[in-house]
Amino acid sequence: MPTKLAITGAAAVAHAMRQINPDVVAAYPITPQTPIVEYFAQFVADGVVDTVMVPVESEHSAMSAVVGSAAAGARTMTATAANGLALMFEIVYIAASMRLPIVMPIVNRALSGPINIHGDHSDAYAVRDAGWIQLMSENSQEAYDLTIIATKLAEREEVLTPAMVNLDGFITSHGVEGVEILDDEVVKDFVGQWEPKYPLLDVDNPITHGPLDLFDYYFEHHRQQQEGLKNAYKALPEVFAEYEKISGRKYDFLDLYKMEDAEYVMVVMNSAASTAKYVVDELREKGIKAGLIKPWVFTPFPKKEFLEALDGRKAVVVLDRAMSFGKEAPLYSLVKSALYEAKERPMIGSYVYGLGGRDVTPAMLHIPFEEAMKGELDPNEERYLGLKE
Amino acid sequence: MPKYDSWKEMPIAGVIDKPATAREYNTGTWRIMRPIVDKDACINCMQCWLYCPDMAIDGIVKEDGKTEMVGFNYDYCKGCGTCAKVCPVNAITMKPETEFLK
Repeated sequence: MPTKLAITGAAAVAHAMRQINPDVVAAYPITPQTPIVEYFAQFVADGVVDTVMVPVESEHSAMSAVVGSAAAGARTMTATAANGLALMFEIVYIAASMRLPIVMPIVNRALSGPINIHGDHSDAYAVRDAGWIQLMSENSQEAYDLTIIATKLAEREEVLTPAMVNLDGFITSHGVEGVEILDDEVVKDFVGQWEPKYPLLDVDNPITHGPLDLFDYYFEHHRQQQEGLKNAYKALPEVFAEYEKISGRKYDFLDLYKMEDAEYVMVVMNSAASTAKYVVDELREKGIKAGLIKPWVFTPFPKKEFLEALDGRKAVVVLDRAMSFGKEAPLYSLVKSALYEAKERPMIGSYVYGLGGRDVTPAMLHIPFEEAMKGELDPNEERYLGLKE
Repeated sequence: MPKYDSWKEMPIAGVIDKPATAREYNTGTWRIMRPIVDKDACINCMQCWLYCPDMAIDGIVKEDGKTEMVGFNYDYCKGCGTCAKVCPVNAITMKPETEFLK
């Protein structure tokens, strides 16, 4: 029987990690990821997991240690946020190119500078091209579920790509909510045992990991990584369906909220989607056909699903919790690109909100809908919600 | 690393899936200048063989005990030009690889 616990998002993720029971966790604490590692270290100290916990001296070392561990053939996890992820950056790419199915919760926080510890998505966007799978969670329950799903997905032989599970700093990581925890045995059976293809510890079959790869094969190895992400895209519906069987919770590329007949659609990731759903409900009460799309999967980007969901709508407003200086905001540019082949292209507008953890209110999220309904969207203008203009 | 013709057939992640494959890795692909020997001028002194840092000069010892320089192993020759420099009769010339592009 699943257990319902009132816990923070960080504790929910730590429980998922406990049930996944990785062989190795190497991590360095950083706000607001710290409680994940604290809770998990407690599980290690209490002997409820078999994990070797490696406290390292920096995030660069954390990612280096997990690369070594995963190459050895161990199921390996870590977790970080913002500047910690930035310090890992070099090895984040290497983990992906070495095709090591490391699972890493990212507690989304604003990248410095100016220094800030609160939630936005600049860290997730900074590594969007690193070659990792990126799953996005609205709340603690989703962070728990997606951590388990990520493990199953990343370790599939045709995928073998590391995965990040994103949850919003403080809002999700430190907020207490009801979270349904599956039985340990159910999760254990679901994730199974990882059978690494090229474990360094298999001394009878010596192999080399991470050799110099110049102009003769580097290109081909990148093409293989692209195939890994394509295979992740193909495998996701199957993994989601398997997870639904054990949990009753249905995941997809996109969380479609009141989208059947929606004319005005908001696209937003992670915790602000909860506020946006509330706003959609308010608009629906007034008879306005509002809807919401929240991607559960950011990489591989569900381009086809966005096109299908948005083609023929009156207007689409895309909210980004980060800027891309000198360019269009990341989610906006991807959604806009997905609409290139639309038969009936909707009006579209870009809104940046909530940077550095700035509060997101229902009143704020009414603005893009109002501007859409007045026909005032400009595809070439980036607008700001809650900015001191 | 062995030679592969397609990304579909090589091990993922740059993994070299068996040991002792260095011999199969052709470092000669780096070369931008190719040594060419004029065998009419060559006196088979084997100075090139002695100095080549990559053991990329092919030579034989004939039945009469004399040595003969027979050419270059372009799989490993990186085109450094040492052979051309040390040749006492200037029998080796360095030509740009662009002249050999197919």
